[in-house]
Parts: sequence; C-alpha cells; structure tokens
Amino acid sequence: MLASLPLAYLVLRTVGAGFGEVLDVVWRERTLTLLVRSLSLAAVVTAASLVLGVAWAWVVTRTALPLRRWWLVLGALPLAVPSYLAAYAWISLAPSLPPFAGSALVLTLVCYPYVLLPVAAALTRADPGAEDVARSLGRGPVVTFVSVTLRQVRPAAVAGGLLVALYVLSDFGAVALLRLDTFTRVIYTSYRAGFDPVPAAVLSLVLVLVTGVIAAAELRSRGRARQARLGSGVARRARAVDLGRLRAAASVAGMLTVAGLALAVPLGTVVWWLAGSSRGVDVGDVVSATAATVGLAIVAAALTTIVAAPVGYLAARHPSRVSGWLERLSYVGFALPGIVVALSLVYLGVRLVYPLYQTTTMLVLAYLVLFLPMAVGSIRAAVSATPPVLEEMARSLGRSPTRAFTSVTLPVITPGVLAGAALVAVTVMKELPATLVLRPIGTETLATELWSATAAGAFAAAAPYAAALVLVAIIPAGLLAVRTEVSQR
Amino acid sequence: MSTLRVRDVHKSFGSSRGGAAVVQVLRGTDLDVEPGSLVAVLGPSGCGKTTLLRLVAGFDRLDSGSIELDGTLISGPGVHVHPERRRIGVVPQEGAVFPHLSVSANVAFGLARQGRRARVEEMLDLVGLAGLGSRMPHELSGGQLQRVALARALAPRPALVLLDEPFAALDTALRASVRSQVREAIGAVGATAVLVTHDQEEALSVADEVAILFGGRVVQHGQPMSVYSRPATPEVARFLGDAIVLEASSDGTHAVSALGSVRISGATPGRGHVVLRPEQLVVLPRGGGGVAGDVVSTEFFGHDALVTVSLGAHTLVRSRMLGAPHHLAVGTPVSVFVKGEGTYFADPSPDGVPAAMMRG
Repeated sequence: MLASLPLAYLVLRTVGAGFGEVLDVVWRERTLTLLVRSLSLAAVVTAASLVLGVAWAWVVTRTALPLRRWWLVLGALPLAVPSYLAAYAWISLAPSLPPFAGSALVLTLVCYPYVLLPVAAALTRADPGAEDVARSLGRGPVVTFVSVTLRQVRPAAVAGGLLVALYVLSDFGAVALLRLDTFTRVIYTSYRAGFDPVPAAVLSLVLVLVTGVIAAAELRSRGRARQARLGSGVARRARAVDLGRLRAAASVAGMLTVAGLALAVPLGTVVWWLAGSSRGVDVGDVVSATAATVGLAIVAAALTTIVAAPVGYLAARHPSRVSGWLERLSYVGFALPGIVVALSLVYLGVRLVYPLYQTTTMLVLAYLVLFLPMAVGSIRAAVSATPPVLEEMARSLGRSPTRAFTSVTLPVITPGVLAGAALVAVTVMKELPATLVLRPIGTETLATELWSATAAGAFAAAAPYAAALVLVAIIPAGLLAVRTEVSQR
Repeated sequence: MSTLRVRDVHKSFGSSRGGAAVVQVLRGTDLDVEPGSLVAVLGPSGCGKTTLLRLVAGFDRLDSGSIELDGTLISGPGVHVHPERRRIGVVPQEGAVFPHLSVSANVAFGLARQGRRARVEEMLDLVGLAGLGSRMPHELSGGQLQRVALARALAPRPALVLLDEPFAALDTALRASVRSQVREAIGAVGATAVLVTHDQEEALSVADEVAILFGGRVVQHGQPMSVYSRPATPEVARFLGDAIVLEASSDGTHAVSALGSVRISGATPGRGHVVLRPEQLVVLPRGGGGVAGDVVSTEFFGHDALVTVSLGAHTLVRSRMLGAPHHLAVGTPVSVFVKGEGTYFADPSPDGVPAAMMRG
C-alpha cells in the first residue's frame, strides 16, 4: 500500500536512530508545547468550522431565503483560496496579527467549506419526518434541531470535521507565514537546517499517532448505522423555515461577512498587487504555470480516484476489519505534512527507484498519498447511499456481476465520485510543500511561482500567479457546490 | 409456465467466528409451485419468508436441500446457478427501481435490443402506465413505482416471478387496486409467481394457493378457502384471522364445548380444542334454543360489526355480523348459535392447555 510508504520510512528512520535519541526528542519540553499548541489550533479551527459550516448549511437547505443555491456556492468558494495566500493577505492588511489567533482565523476561513458541503448534502437527504415527530412529542424547535436534526447530520459533520482537523495538523503555509510554531513548521525547519533527520522523523511520527487517534475516534462515532435507504414515491422535502425579515437580514449579513473575510480579503489584496504592477509580468510564464497546474491536478485527481475506488467500495459494501484498516491506512498520508511525504519519497526515490526521482510521476504519487482520503471518503459515501438491492435486481434481469456494477452502481455513484475528484483537484492546485520539493526541474506551477515571488517580497510579481491560481481553483470548487443537491422549494 | 420445487432447504446466518450466534432461519422448508399458479408464502415477521425468496432468486446460497426449476437443479449441494442465469424475475419490497434510468429504460433493462421498444410499450400498457415511459422514478408515486418494478420483472418473460411484500409500502386504498392490477398482469403473461407476505388478507385474496411458513418450515399448503376453514394447527387458525379456540371433548363427530355441541369431522374421541370463526356465530336476542350469554361489548366497522358475548364466568366469544348491531346493546341477554363445522384439535397429552383462548 503506497499510502503507508512514508510511515514505513519514518519508522525506519526512528528505529535506526536508537532508542535513547528518540526518547530524548520525545521528552523534550518543547515537544509537549508543540503538541498542545498544534492540538489546540486544530480544536479551535475544527470547532469554529463546525459552527460556521453547519449554520451555513442549515440556512441554505432549510430556510425560505431566496437564491439559496448561490449562497451555497458562495460559501464553498473559499476552497479555492490557498491558506498561504490568505495568510499573506491578512499579514499585509494587519501586520500585528497575533500568530495563534491569526492562524486560527485564516485556517477557519479556508476550512469551513469542508464541513459546509457534506452537511448541506446530508440535511437535504435527511428525513424531515423525524423532526415532525420530535415536535409532536413536545420538543421545541431548538431542542428538536439539537436532538434530532444534528443527530441525522452527525456522520457528515464528523467526517467534515475530521478533514478540517487533519488539514490544520498538516498545514504548513499559513502557520509558516504567521510564524506560529506547530509540528509542521518545526519539522520543516529541522529538515531544512539539520544534517540530523532524526528529530524531524520522530516529530512526524508523533503527529501521525495523534492523527491516528483522531481518525479512530471518527470511525467509532460513525458506528454501524447503514445509510442506504430507498424512498418509495416522491421524496418528502423539509418545509422551508420562514426566517422573517430581521433574521433573514442577519443571516445574509453573517454570510456576507464570512465571505468577505474569506474571499474579499485575499482577492482584494491580489487585485491591489495587480494594480501596482502594470509592467514586468511575463504572460508566457503565467500561461505555462497555469497549464502545468491544471495538468497535474487532472492527472492526480484521475489517478487518486482510480486507486480510491476499490477502497471506498469495500469500506461501504463489505465493512470488515480488513476494509476498515485499509481505509484508516489511506488516511495516514493526509495527516502527514506534505513536506514529510515529499522527503520520504525523495529518500525512497534516490535509493530504490532512481529513474523516478524528480519526475512528474513521483510528484503525482505524492499527491496520491496526500489526498487519497478525500476521494475514498466521497466514494464510500456515494456507495453506501446506493442500496445493494439495485445490483441484485440487475443480476435477476440477466446481468453478470461486473455488468450489474457498470450498468447500475457506477452511474448512480458517479456524481459522488466526481465530487471526490473535484475536491482532490482543487487541493492539488493549492498544494505547496510537496510540489516545491518534488517538481521536476524546470517545471513551475502557480503555487510554486506564487510562493517564490512572495518569499522574495515581490508582491507585484506574485499577483498574476495568485489571480490565476484562484481563478482555476474556483472551477472545481464551484462545481462541488453546484453539484450539492439543494431543494429549490 | 414453470414448476418450482423446493426440498428440505436449510439456511442459517451468523458465523461461529467472533462468537456471533448462529440463527437458523430455514429448517427443512418444502414448497411446490405448479405452472401458471400464484402461490402466497404467508408467515409472521422473521419466519424466513424473505430468506426463502432470496435463495430461490439465487442472491444467497443455501446450506443444504435443493431447489429445482422445471426439473433443473438451480440450488443444491455444490450447485449454484447465478441469479442472472435463472430467468427468475424479482419485485422487491421497496421496488428498487433504478433511480438513474427513465421508466422505459427500467422496463427495458432485462431485454435484448431486438423488439425492445414494442415489449416496453406492451408492458407499460399492461401495468397501466402507458405514456409515462419518459418519466424519471422520482416523478412517480409509490404505487406507480411498484408497477414499474413489476413491469421490469415481467418484461423478459421470466420462468418465475418472485414478489417480496410488494404492497406493504402502499396505503390501504391504493393497495387493493394495485394488488388486483398485479394479479391481472401476472395472469395476462401466464407467469408462475410466488408472493411473500405477512398480510393474511392479501395472501387469501390474491393467491391460488397459500403456504404457511412458521419457524422456517411450511406447516400447511393449500387453497385459500381450505386453509382458512381447515387450519392445520390452532396457531395457523389464529394467524389467518380471528379465531375462537375453546376447550372441548370429542365423540368423533361432535365436539362439546362452552358453545354446546358443534359438528366436526375426522376426529378421534377424547379431549382437545375446537376452533371456530366469528362469522360462524349467530347472536340473537334471548329466545328459544342456542347457548345463553350476555353482550359485553360491540365494535362497529361500517360494513360489519364484532359482538363480544360472555358465556359465563370465564368464556368470551366473538361474533361477526353484517350491518350495525342496533338490537344488541351492551348487557342484552342473547342466545348464540353455531353455523357449519368446527375444526377439532386433539390434545397431545391428557392434561390439557389453559381454558378458553381467544384472539381479537
């Protein structure tokens, strides 16, 4: 299993280092501080994203607000903003932003769509009958929302929250720019500075353990409930809640504020940079970087989807110890900082498969390891929403198992599979550290050009790349939101 | 037109691994379905109806026993014909209409390319959905979806059609009309069919024959009228509808119970129980003859009514009468008469079971 390669590398490195040295690193006071800081950042951002994402999802699925689909799309667009671009914009706007609060703010603003999209989909699917029953049993609307509606969307919210927590634990760009020492930043500096790779490897391993605990908790909370359900007849839609003018205005103001902070700040900054640089932009460079970015994103999304398909299918259809572990294993890469995955692949590439070193293949493999869980998650959700009886019907009508799968299950799950691919594509476009380390010589993507320009303080030069990056990333992000089904009545 | 023969089929679920309990669902099930007939497999929830159906369809493998279709072994020791090679159509409980295909495409799913369009039109006509072929499933009502599922199952001219509680999700008014349409559609194509249900009214009204499945075994199999009037056990009698079960003693031709002497047939002398249906009791204001009693309660259903009569200290019986019980207010002294024969069950041992049993 490719996803576990970096893990194997870390274990090898740590074991090779000897017990004493490892203990030395682990028991440093600094390690504990790092752990507490990284975990609190992850907790704060996850909690804030859950509140923001669930509230936004409720407004766009259950209220009578006009243009709800477009509010959903607006809510999803911050997916297209890389965390380091958002961080840069905020620093230039408010240079004295405190590191922890600043990181929490920036990460929440780029992460809450990971909660919004699955929860909006789950709210649309949830059976409003249960809510009616709760009301008839004497629960008020607020208590009903907490005790029934939230329960119904809990799997979706928890899955989204897991993505947010893992994203925060492995994010590098935002914390690096805001100078907050978390695991990733310390691992990165010790890799870059050190001839001794052991401390970084040990710290990475601690980070992987933390991730493992979080992922296991998510798996447990998912429980044994199967979600497949066939409605007979016209699906009942929840009655739209009329917010009244005051609360509707408050919701709109809230959404506009968040969208302003998450979108207008970074985009405004880019436009301001652009305005300051009427000269010196090489259009050819921008075009070739855009082409490289889009090409890599498409190839990586396709490959990741192909690899994720059997894992997600097994996890949904044949839940067993093996499929459960397989799925958990695929989460490993996502929790690892991109830099760790990249360097472990460099290590393997140089020693074992030299011809692959610094090729596009190697880079795509790194993306695969990093973002497999996104694709696995969407495919699992899509498959478990497809009742097995459909395949049995196809069999009884004369189709072989393979043809039953291709003619019934596949078309039904395709939207979910494409959503996973779009999510991978948008994330690959924004990915920075692995791309920096593994890109073939001479290949520049929008992310690397943006990074090198901003690192050199050349804002004007960075602007066109930033603009191009957000523009191409908005396509898959918008697709994701448009695809999310929201009742229009 | 095909013959289905199920012989001594066993099926258990749950593995011995991990300490999970093994549940025996079918324990020696036999079933015969003659060509062109519609047999209802009737039983309470959890009796193994759906398991039996899935084994016949080939979705699951049996543990032992055999299933033959037209003399060909399709399930047996070491033999398992895949579902796609059995030519058995299935209409599942939820319909399971393919959500991504139009109504026409659903019906055409099991058809070869040649002559497909004509057959789809013919089937939609048959189930009363002509003109709705281009609709998508989410635009149909529950009853319409159920009929699409039926048309889809019948279109490839299967040897046998299996229906798994196909009317359970429909409301009462719709259920009766869909039920008769389904029976007509199956009759029109001359298919052999097995209907699985827990609804005795449905089984008795639709099927040519009824097989009663209790605890994984077929305990009785026969025509609806004979199964209803000659139940094989008191449990079957209660399951098929309201039954009056009274302690009785038999002299071979008559059973004497709290309702007096009731004609029975084919019984050995001794102690046992006699079973009667509420519609066999006639309740009149107290006069000459019959058994004396008092009206305890009445339930009025519109077309008919149930009158509960106390025959003394501990015995209550129910009578079903047409129309309204105007003349039978609570407390009215009445005489009870019995029409027709009772069904008599001899006790297995001399010491009997509790006194009067009644089921509402």
